[in-house]
Amino acid sequence: MAKKPRVKLPKKAKAGDIVQVKTLAAHNMETGNRKDKKGAKIPRLILNKFTCTFNGADVFSADMHPSVSANPYISFFITAKESGTYEFTWTDDNGKVTTVSNDMAVS
Amino acid sequence: MSKNIQQMVRLDRREALKAAGVGVLALGFATTAHATPEAAAEALSKISGGAAASMSDKVTISLPEIAENGATVPVGVSVDSPMTADSYVKHIHVFAEGNPSPETISFNLTATGKAEVNTRIRLSKTQNVMVAAIMNDGSVLTSKKEVKVTIGGCGG
Repeated sequence: MAKKPRVKLPKKAKAGDIVQVKTLAAHNMETGNRKDKKGAKIPRLILNKFTCTFNGADVFSADMHPSVSANPYISFFITAKESGTYEFTWTDDNGKVTTVSNDMAVS
Repeated sequence: MSKNIQQMVRLDRREALKAAGVGVLALGFATTAHATPEAAAEALSKISGGAAASMSDKVTISLPEIAENGATVPVGVSVDSPMTADSYVKHIHVFAEGNPSPETISFNLTATGKAEVNTRIRLSKTQNVMVAAIMNDGSVLTSKKEVKVTIGGCGG
């Protein structure tokens, strides 16, 4: 990924609040079905795994297939319980991992 | 390409014969195999371990009725669940019945927030999108919605 993925997570939340997390990774998600001008297949290269952990514990993950759009957008909801660090990772077909960490303070 | 074939089916015999030449030509070019509803159901039973799936109005799919660009179709899934440690949605699987492969995206949830996810998917043609929610007790709830796709988005 050339660009860093974008994560939208509020910096502060009240305990018990349900918070929406929005993520957007920059990736062209090559399906492996397309052909180049010479008719040769363009090899598949997608982000196949997304995970979100909170202080090391699994919160949410997604397994992606070629039918996910380019620049995959994923949003989900979490309950704010305590302050800590949310870590987001994206893994591509070559095993390359991109990580983004965000802190959220819960009062 | 597949549009030609669909139209052909609707025509009467005489016109069908006239169109046959065109149809055969179209078939010759249709190299990308597409999944069927059966393939999607099979993919689901593989994932769920063969548990009986039932249609449920607890699963809501939000999708546009007409997607102008199949390369990026917003899809939202929400499941009516309290999301507590006793009762929560474990997985949400999205299948596109007419794509080259039906599996699209699978979400693995934990007992937090609410059971709602949003993403964007590719759809190669007008088709049904099937969603299956697997609860923590192992029950499988499904729902289906049709999307009309103007321009397909799977390459090929």
